[in-house]
Amino acid sequence: MAPHKGSQGLLLTLTLHSALTLSPVPGASLFPQWDYCILGAGPAGLQMAYLLRQAGRDYVVFERAGAPGSFFTRYPRHRKLISINKRYTGKVNSEFNLRHDWNSLLSHDQRLLFRHYSKAYFPHADDMVRYLGDFADRLRLQVHYNTAIVHVTLSKNRRAWNGHFFILTDQRGQGYQCSVLFVATGVSVPNEIDFPGSEHVEGYESVSVDPEDFVGQNVLILGRGNSAFETAENILGYTNFIHMVGRSRIRLSWATHYVGDLRAINNGLLDTYQLKSLDGLLETDLKDLAIVKDSKGRLRITLPVFMAKANKNATAEAVSLPQDEVDNFAMRVPYDRVIRCLGFTFNFSIFSSTLGLAPGKGQKKKYPLIKASYESKRTRGLFVLGTASHSVDYRKSAGGFIHGFRYTARAVHRLLEHRHHGIPWPSPVYPITQLTNTIIRRVNEASGLYQMFSVLADIILLKEKATGFEYLEEYPIKMLAELETLTGREAQQGLFVVTMEYGKNFSGPDKDVFYYDRAVGDVEDAWQSNFLHPVIYYYHCLPTEKEMASRAPGWPLPRPVAIHHIVEDFLTDWTAPVAHILPLRRFLENCLNNDLRSFYAESCFLFALTRQKLPPFCQHGYMNMQGLVGNERLRRHGIESGLMEDYTAINEQPVDQKQGDPRIPVHLTQHATSIKEEL
Amino acid sequence: MMSSGLNIWMYSIFFVLLCVCYKSPARNRDTLMELSLQEYFSILQTGKTSLVYFSQDVSADITVFLEELKKAAGPLHNYGISVAKVNCAEEEASKYCGKENDLTKAYLFRGNILLREFPTDTLFDVNAIIANVLFALLFNEIKYITSLEDFENIENAMKGKTNIALIYVRAIGTPEHRAVMETAFVYGTAYQFVLTTETALLEGIGAENSDIISGRLFFFHCKLVLDLAQKCQKTVLEQPLTILNIHRFLKLMDAPLLTEITEDPEKVSTVHLQLGLPLIFILSQQATYEADKKTAEIVAWRLLGKAGVTLLLKDSSDLNIPAHTNVIFKRAEEGVPVDFLVLHDVNSIISRVENNIPIQNNELAKDYEEGEMETLNLGIQDDQVVETVYRDRKRNLPLELIVELTEETFNSIIMNTSSSIILFYANWEAVSLAFLQSYVDVAIKLKGVSNILFTRVNCGDWSNVCTKQNVTEYPVIKIFKEGEKPVIYTGMLETEYLLKFIRLNGISCPVKIVTIEEAEEYLNGELYKELTSYSSVSILGIFSSNMTKEKENFIEAGNSLKGYVITGFYDEEDALILSKKYAVTLPALLLARHKEGKIDSILLPNSDAKDIVQIIKSALLEIFPEITVENLPIYLGLKKPLLILFRDGNLNYKDEIEMLHLVKQKHLETLIPCWLNLKTTPVGRGILKAYFKHLPPLPLLVLVDLHLRGQVSAFPLDQTINEKNILLWLHRVEAGLESPITTLSDEEWKPPLPAYNFLSRMDATVPYTEIAQFPTQNMLRCARTTDPQQHDKGHSEDKSAFRKEAT
Repeated sequence: MAPHKGSQGLLLTLTLHSALTLSPVPGASLFPQWDYCILGAGPAGLQMAYLLRQAGRDYVVFERAGAPGSFFTRYPRHRKLISINKRYTGKVNSEFNLRHDWNSLLSHDQRLLFRHYSKAYFPHADDMVRYLGDFADRLRLQVHYNTAIVHVTLSKNRRAWNGHFFILTDQRGQGYQCSVLFVATGVSVPNEIDFPGSEHVEGYESVSVDPEDFVGQNVLILGRGNSAFETAENILGYTNFIHMVGRSRIRLSWATHYVGDLRAINNGLLDTYQLKSLDGLLETDLKDLAIVKDSKGRLRITLPVFMAKANKNATAEAVSLPQDEVDNFAMRVPYDRVIRCLGFTFNFSIFSSTLGLAPGKGQKKKYPLIKASYESKRTRGLFVLGTASHSVDYRKSAGGFIHGFRYTARAVHRLLEHRHHGIPWPSPVYPITQLTNTIIRRVNEASGLYQMFSVLADIILLKEKATGFEYLEEYPIKMLAELETLTGREAQQGLFVVTMEYGKNFSGPDKDVFYYDRAVGDVEDAWQSNFLHPVIYYYHCLPTEKEMASRAPGWPLPRPVAIHHIVEDFLTDWTAPVAHILPLRRFLENCLNNDLRSFYAESCFLFALTRQKLPPFCQHGYMNMQGLVGNERLRRHGIESGLMEDYTAINEQPVDQKQGDPRIPVHLTQHATSIKEEL
Repeated sequence: MMSSGLNIWMYSIFFVLLCVCYKSPARNRDTLMELSLQEYFSILQTGKTSLVYFSQDVSADITVFLEELKKAAGPLHNYGISVAKVNCAEEEASKYCGKENDLTKAYLFRGNILLREFPTDTLFDVNAIIANVLFALLFNEIKYITSLEDFENIENAMKGKTNIALIYVRAIGTPEHRAVMETAFVYGTAYQFVLTTETALLEGIGAENSDIISGRLFFFHCKLVLDLAQKCQKTVLEQPLTILNIHRFLKLMDAPLLTEITEDPEKVSTVHLQLGLPLIFILSQQATYEADKKTAEIVAWRLLGKAGVTLLLKDSSDLNIPAHTNVIFKRAEEGVPVDFLVLHDVNSIISRVENNIPIQNNELAKDYEEGEMETLNLGIQDDQVVETVYRDRKRNLPLELIVELTEETFNSIIMNTSSSIILFYANWEAVSLAFLQSYVDVAIKLKGVSNILFTRVNCGDWSNVCTKQNVTEYPVIKIFKEGEKPVIYTGMLETEYLLKFIRLNGISCPVKIVTIEEAEEYLNGELYKELTSYSSVSILGIFSSNMTKEKENFIEAGNSLKGYVITGFYDEEDALILSKKYAVTLPALLLARHKEGKIDSILLPNSDAKDIVQIIKSALLEIFPEITVENLPIYLGLKKPLLILFRDGNLNYKDEIEMLHLVKQKHLETLIPCWLNLKTTPVGRGILKAYFKHLPPLPLLVLVDLHLRGQVSAFPLDQTINEKNILLWLHRVEAGLESPITTLSDEEWKPPLPAYNFLSRMDATVPYTEIAQFPTQNMLRCARTTDPQQHDKGHSEDKSAFRKEAT
């Protein structure tokens, strides 16, 4: 659908208002309109734009700046991305390699892989800007640049897909109408904290990045996330010392297995602190602090109560300081600079209250509250993508980062293809003989399962009588109860859910992840595996919403009928025949109550003439004239292993035939025993 | 699994129970009422039956009793009996409260009449309470006796009137006693219930096992007995005494002993089938009706409670029943075909039933005990393909003849090669790796012979390529030829078959023949001399030049047979020459069988491509084939019994003559006559061993009926294999006069070994509180299918008791 460009010039802010209040003539919109609108041409916005373009949908991206990825033109301030750019893995499987590529977006174009844009393991942010620009250009994504959406509201309309249209207004007062709205604006508003004297604090967003500006200074940094440490790292060798203050204990990403926690690349200050080099970390709630500037222009730490007691117009020296009472108070030295590095929050201001886009609770208050399907809880058709959607898996998985949300965007796209275009979730159908193989292939290469562990899961829907199955990739695990309505696939005959998980007690800021004997090697103890490993759940039927809601703590899913863990592997290569594939096959066999072994044609031949039923492998292959005949070498191995019989070696003369005249007695005894068996 | 009939029947029991309980007021239905004396008196005035315990104060041993009393309140309420505890302490003393030594008694009232007092030690648990209370209420209905004499008196009194249920329980107040009382309460006066606890009495009535450790129920059929001197017939309930078993049993005793039908046995349904018991049809005809009926009655009496017996009048029905059948056996499981039997005496019918006690079709995999799990080595490979490939892992395959394709090179190499073959495999997948070895062998054999390019794609590395090529299983083999659609190989994963496929793919299919001379060369095998060893039959379609449609169909058929058989067509002006020479009208097919040097002709009227493929395929079938591992599936596909001549070596001329003659006489049309050479197909020995337990002398003729019942019959070894004997034997088999050597198991394939039960290991280590929060999935059915009984919460307890026994 082409936007109604002709009407654009006639529109003024005035008409915009009347258009919103007097409902427009049904079917005739006064604004340019699209089925899908995306706010923000950052990585998530471009990812969704690509998917929509590939599907041939009517979409547009609105971008406030003149080029994609404007966040990255300023941030991170010190220009080093902490998402790894692993160019070599020793493998050629491109899906597997995405497991170790944290920067690329998903596309069919092999040139649009980030490793072609930087050689640095931790790349420069400018490379990301260049990459995103190329991504939008090469794939010819439809982006309206220099269009800042300043207001979003709803207009009820019975004919709209969701019962309403989204009405967007840009900085020029131009309105736009959309059926579905994707908010991919990231988190862009710096978190500030208000305490007495906070006006003396510099922000991460504007503080100088020139280390020379910090020569010989005492620096206090508020916050202890990656931006705080990144700032400290930059000036470590120039300051007298750096003190860093925050409320909670330090969370090291190698201990929490959460990429948003403090990364080793930034943790130089931890090293110097613990090696007694004057730098240090303190735990205090920032709300308990106050800052006064003394006559020499240096910043002194005190308490809000002291500030309140002091006369408003009193000089800084008149305010009492903690060290007046406790003379060993840790922050008794005056600071030359106090820098705030407290992260960012989602910009809620442009959304009309009718959309009900509310902040989450507690730690998640910087993100809008959404469902696990990334749709707003209150407004149908409003989806949050990218970093802003991290409330779904905050501090758990990678949904707030490119290497995670590129997959969640694809999941959202698949849900919408079904909802609005009647295209069910892609689900190739396989014969049951390929069940073990299909799972083994996925757990060894799938990048979405690996990056979005415990959030996206592969779902295997069994066909009637378990003769075959459908395979749905990377479905949002928390929406399992609604799978049938969301995907258009039927789950009536039982299902498997394939996820990847860390051990339940392995991750946490206070956990020792290097303890001796941490690795499980024994297949029998696979369920105690600590490192990321595949887990398969089996259910007779889809869990209900109630069951999903009452999951045990730490469990991504309700109690299954049976569960299997493939033992953790140092190389994350789960193709070992005995340690990985065999236990998986036994698990699947026992869930399906079937025999999933493979057989050579000779064995199938024997079964076909001595049993009324055949194992699925023979039924599917041999009986369709596609039996497997091994060569002589393999046959010999089979006989040596005892799994195949050497029929040429069977004694041709029956033992009891050698005595006397054998023919009739043999026949008669046979006769008698067979009758007995039959009764 | 429960049959649906049984379900319906169980609901009817619930209905009876429901009716009983709805008579009573709804207040405090299932609970132990705590009453003041005042309230207690007012309850007595209502005339209801009540069990009352007067409580003075609560000591420890009384709390146990009160717990049990509380449990009994619900079930007793269903029988219209309220259960109450009266607090004596707060009120002035009643006569029941008063004395110290009365503290340990409970009282049963009807209205304000005291029926019975129970010392609390007789009411030791919930079963004892219910049993004792009902026993007291049914005092008149249930006779309690201690001697054989008592019983004989009752038996005599009931003759011609009422049937007797004599029940032995080990003691009063046991769960068995409770079950008997609850049943008696429902059945009331329909039978004369007699209860005893004396084993001596049982010996007196001739119970077989005198050292009985559990309760027994004997049903005496006295109603039929008119002569006082005659004894009542007796039937024993062989299952444990539970409500369900007793109900079932009484229901069966009520069913008519013998019914007569004329309908199709497949469609008949009786109470026996509904209760999960088999049904026996004894076939009868007018002439022998009286005698048959007598036999049937004898059988019916002996099978009473175990199976239903029906007399089927053959001549008044036009049923399709095999000749000689005299008994039909119908199982309770739905959809299982009936068995047609030839049985010669009553005992064989009885043993048939007794040995066919329905096997519980346990849906869930076998549960293994802890200890048992440890002795099983789950880590030992039991997949022959995986194991053989694993054992061969250190061998370096000579892969240099095979080009490895990558995502980058795939298109360019395939596009720039006139003909190439691709194997899609995965480097960790055993079946495709096993085949890779054969693939290499083919490449070696064709080196320098064929110009086809051998390539491979490892889907473990290049999964994108495989996905794009629609590879959903391993291995997949495709042949790409310039300007043609890729052909997928669907034959045996084996060297010779693939070789043949590649070779036959070398010529276009069907090939256009342009001259009569060429056609003759084609037919006598000269034209494709090097290929006739791969395709022993060449097919030539002959059309006159105006038969465009027919020709198109043939070309399509030839295309789809490409790689499996040589096809060609001739449509020149002079096609009539061929038509005349081979005496066929056009369009027609000529089949040149090169081995036999013979040319067959087939007419092709109005056939579409599919039909033509079918015609060609069946023309390729031999009339007396040698069965091999490779060709068995083709012949099994015809769904006929196999008549296999097992030979240790090649066919001997005489056998061939006898068999071929039978075949040509069309005596064997319902069968597939074939032979098996143990020299070339040694696995045949394994088959014979399975049939006979050890190798029988050869040659041997065996009839294998895989599609119906799985019976295997052997031609008698003491007879010579000749035409006459074979026919006679086949007739006897068909008539059911030959007992099969063995019946092939129709067992489903089950997991060879259990899996590690990680869930139970987690349960054992994760703290209990966490587990308790898991909502447990219904193991047997999905939440969506609602239980019709679910809304009636009051009876959930009874229901679960029924369930346990019924499943």
